[in-house]
Amino acid sequence: MFGDYSLGDLGSIFVMQGFAGLILFSVYVLMALGLAIIFGQMGVINMAHGEFMILGAYVTWMTSNLFQTYMPSLFGGYFFLAMILAFVASGALGMLVEWVLIRHLYKRPLDTLLATWGLSLMLQQAYRSVFGAREVGVELPQWMLGSLHVTDSIEVPINGVFVMCLTVLITISVAYVLYMSRWGRQVRAVVQNRIMAGAVGINTEKVDRYTFGLGCGIAGVAGSAFTMIGSTGPTSGQLYIVDTFLVVVFGGAASLLGTIASAFSISQTQSTLEFFMSGSMAKVLTLLAVVGILMLRPQGLFALKVRK
Amino acid sequence: MSDEANKGLLSPLRRKLLMGMAAVPAITMLPRASFAQAPATSAVNTTGLAVTDTEVTVGILHSATGTMAISETGSIEAEKLAIEQINAAGGVLGRKIKFIQEDGASDWPTFAEKAKKLLVNDKVAAIMGCWTSASRKAVLPVVEQYNGMLYYPTFYEGLEQSKNVIYTGQEATQQILAGLNWIAKEKGAKTFFFIGSDYIWPRTSNKIARKHVENVLKGKVVGEEYYPLGNTQFNSVINKIKLTKPDVIFTDVVGGSNVAFYKQLKAAGIDLSKQPLLTISVTEDEIDGIGGENIAGAYACMKYFQSLDNPNNKAFVPAFKKMWGEKTVIGDVTQAAYLGPWLWKLTVEKAGSFDVDKIAAASPGVEFKGAPEGYVRIHENHHLWSKTRVGRAKLDGQFELIYETADLVEPDPFPKGYQ
Repeated sequence: MFGDYSLGDLGSIFVMQGFAGLILFSVYVLMALGLAIIFGQMGVINMAHGEFMILGAYVTWMTSNLFQTYMPSLFGGYFFLAMILAFVASGALGMLVEWVLIRHLYKRPLDTLLATWGLSLMLQQAYRSVFGAREVGVELPQWMLGSLHVTDSIEVPINGVFVMCLTVLITISVAYVLYMSRWGRQVRAVVQNRIMAGAVGINTEKVDRYTFGLGCGIAGVAGSAFTMIGSTGPTSGQLYIVDTFLVVVFGGAASLLGTIASAFSISQTQSTLEFFMSGSMAKVLTLLAVVGILMLRPQGLFALKVRK
Repeated sequence: MSDEANKGLLSPLRRKLLMGMAAVPAITMLPRASFAQAPATSAVNTTGLAVTDTEVTVGILHSATGTMAISETGSIEAEKLAIEQINAAGGVLGRKIKFIQEDGASDWPTFAEKAKKLLVNDKVAAIMGCWTSASRKAVLPVVEQYNGMLYYPTFYEGLEQSKNVIYTGQEATQQILAGLNWIAKEKGAKTFFFIGSDYIWPRTSNKIARKHVENVLKGKVVGEEYYPLGNTQFNSVINKIKLTKPDVIFTDVVGGSNVAFYKQLKAAGIDLSKQPLLTISVTEDEIDGIGGENIAGAYACMKYFQSLDNPNNKAFVPAFKKMWGEKTVIGDVTQAAYLGPWLWKLTVEKAGSFDVDKIAAASPGVEFKGAPEGYVRIHENHHLWSKTRVGRAKLDGQFELIYETADLVEPDPFPKGYQ
């Protein structure tokens, strides 16, 4: 297959393919982080994760329209405000949902699957009623479009670099919050033993609500960032949900490191295979590999050692 | 309700109406505004369809909810506009069109179920509906079993023909071949890279395109790639495109994937004004989501663009915007959906009957001179003769017409040498 191409061509393609893999890795981490917190830490199977992401995307769209109408001179920087607003909006909705729905279901984790699936349908229809059934186009500031010209044949997409930086930033923040802060210690305590955590004076209800809110908020930021690379419509969230669960389950629930390792291995496999065969076949082989490994290691790549 | 009961209920009214007419002869001079000329229901409806002396009921069957609502909303809007205009012009055989709208909910069994409901319970005279091939394939056995009439608006892969269906969109060869010929001639294109979503329409279309490129244009297909529906990551395939440096990228990616594909193409530094790209799946509707800045310069090959400069279209576009809002855009399929009710009306009037068998028989040869795309005529195979056009996407999300075939292109749903 490579016989017809010069070495220089091949070299630069491999560099760019490497970047493609890294970008895919960042996208996977970003979309899975929120779910890793909710599913991993709280055991809630949140089927509405994609819809929380799309809420973030819609917030971004509204912010962009607002800036275009009222502050066109500041349009270049609207995206940062949009991401913060997306975090707040999705986080707030998440906390509301936790209070209304999820907190009654902590002892019945399988029922959360059904409840949040219903929630996802309701949210989709709500988006459709409010924003219309058609997709909306989110306009990006000029500096975020196009690519960085490294050499004549190597070009790096700016939005990809942006997603990578964002992913690193958010991952570090989440790791810090969960593993270094006092609140994170409380979260982990509740996860390990809800009753004992309550007994030592941790307000478990409050911890639950904020944890759920944090997970949804991160989903919102992810959705906001994905307006750069994907579509924004009432059902766009469905495009991400399968891959998201794949990454989290493969990585082993309850492990942040596992999520990252799994995102890395899936994205690299996928993007390498995609280069050598058709996209659909690449997906099939990736899924087969994941199924195979999960049969050997049902707990995922990394798992907390717990006494059963 | 039986026909007899219908007649019993309405005949006094009709009698009064006729007497009124006789008293005011001037009214009968108006050609269309009266019901006096409407032929008797018993004569135009021998199979018990929902036709009364003043009304005829048709069904609209599209997804108003679910993932396909994005695409099908425009079709619903166009069909309602056509029905309203037909009614304003006096209806069909003197009868106003009433419609019953059902939601297929993006779910194929639901489409079949609702089609059955429309035909069996509501006894609609025709159904305007379906969008994806999957929904049409689900509805097809139902309309054939209960002998209904379906007007199907989407451009599709062909390989189908039914007495009970009129295909108002283009089949694959009509849409693709003229576009490929044009780009081969205009850009001297020899090498093509195909990329599509992984289901029947792109695969069939690309198969036809490949045969045409290899056998007729004597060119070469340097890559053919398919991605699952809803795929959002195209960086790897974009790298492959960069490596193979094709003269033309030929795409039939659909849905949300489209948005991802064009955004990433742009981000990867591929400038569509220098790298020719020919798509058969992006209409003005899709550009709304993709964003004009991401796709400007790409060529699309279909039969209708909102920007077409002809008197019919100049009346159609403002009427559509007046009904559905200034910001709505009109894509190829929306226009094809608009043809449905009109073609049905013309056929009914030609047949002088609402009976499905008579309509099916009368369809070939029916012409619609008021079509926004220009002039269309129904072929013996129930597809439309239509022109094929190539447009170039502009920043504002509209297409600029670059080329159109001199003559109408014959529909050929079972193309020899392309299967």
